Amino acid sequence: MRTLDTKIIEDEIYRLAMDAGVCLTDGCKRAMYAAAEAEDEGAAKFALGALCRNFELAESERVPVCQDTGMAIVMLEIGQEVYLSGKPLAAAVNDGVRRAYADGYFRKSVCDPLTRVNTGDNTPAVIHTEIAEGDRVRITYMPKGFGSENMSRVYMLKPAQGADGIVDAIVETVKLAGSRPCPPVICGVGIGGSFDTCTFLAKRALARGVGTESDRADVRDIERRALERINALGIGCQGFGGKVTALTVNCMWAPTHIAGLPVAINIQCHCMRAGESTL
Amino acid sequence: MKKLKLPLTSKEIKELHAGDSVELTGVILTARDCAHKRIKEMREKGETLPFDIAGAYIYYAGPCPAKPGRASGSCGPTTSARMDAFAPDLLDAGLGGMIGKGEMSDKVREAIVRNQKVYFAAIGGAGALYAECIKSSRCIAFADLLSEGVYRLEVENFPAVVAFDCHGASIYEK
Repeated sequence: MRTLDTKIIEDEIYRLAMDAGVCLTDGCKRAMYAAAEAEDEGAAKFALGALCRNFELAESERVPVCQDTGMAIVMLEIGQEVYLSGKPLAAAVNDGVRRAYADGYFRKSVCDPLTRVNTGDNTPAVIHTEIAEGDRVRITYMPKGFGSENMSRVYMLKPAQGADGIVDAIVETVKLAGSRPCPPVICGVGIGGSFDTCTFLAKRALARGVGTESDRADVRDIERRALERINALGIGCQGFGGKVTALTVNCMWAPTHIAGLPVAINIQCHCMRAGESTL
Repeated sequence: MKKLKLPLTSKEIKELHAGDSVELTGVILTARDCAHKRIKEMREKGETLPFDIAGAYIYYAGPCPAKPGRASGSCGPTTSARMDAFAPDLLDAGLGGMIGKGEMSDKVREAIVRNQKVYFAAIGGAGALYAECIKSSRCIAFADLLSEGVYRLEVENFPAVVAFDCHGASIYEK
């Protein structure tokens, strides 16, 4: 049994949050440069150029790349041979988030759902825990903005709708979102599982990063077909029209029930911010 | 690229067309979800607002806190469609115009034409770039709403695109 003090997890969350607030992932930056290059002259190319200058400036000045510094999404895979000592795990994660949002001058965007009173420190984080093999703790950290989160959808498809139905659902979600989620978007898609697991898979699929593909051929085919149809919609950067409406479609899957085909599409804007660490 | 000083004259407004790239210089006021709800409630009760709506340009935004020595934290636009229910009434009350991101409803577009005003789209996600255009920032109302309060921003060369023009055209219409 390995002992790990949750203070170490807190400090790592702090470090990941401080970096994620000001830097896009490398895959996302590469995709944005490619999009700016690919687009024809016009408002969309103008906006893409400005967005590339923006993430360069944010990184060099260590200021938030987008003012929506998001809700903190924290995914923890905890080895079953780890004993966590010290303060409770959730308290450690939230303390790391709280410190980062204060020290980073990040916006505090978490509030009561009904009174809308702000919690003032961007906590609580959304914490997912999973028990894994081994004696390590793997952290995936992702601040999630809500302009894009608001455009996400869940479909309970019929099994007969199959891969074509899944592609249709992904394309429809992006079409309905239109200019509102800050396109070019990134689509995280969860296929299968139950009503709840498909939404988590969709979030996990976002964290897989821009420039990755599924290792399963038929899933990869869904990703490619959906991306091609999305980019034929002509929505373009910011809805200004153009060739690049999505940077990537990432799908993850899980076994489901014989009667169902749940599909969740989690929309992420072009500000893909995430970090990973293993302790 | 058209360089414009706020407030706009009616002649300048008439010369703007959906899709035009512009740079704005002048005073704008931030307001987003909670501030709009409060403005609506105060107006319904006949209370005096802590700032003048007439001629004001509202920026749908909620900034990050400013780092020491800087005028503003990152401050890009938020999704305008969430303010669809509020914008027509404010335009009819004399609002100068709005800056946000993404499409707004047909009712907003009609109110823009009816009042001969403009809706500008700023570039969503360019928060750090916009912070550089902000020369001063001061909370003038609803400070308890934190980033959702109303901030008076002095901006210089603030990049935007004409989204809805006074002639009824929209950049989002394909």
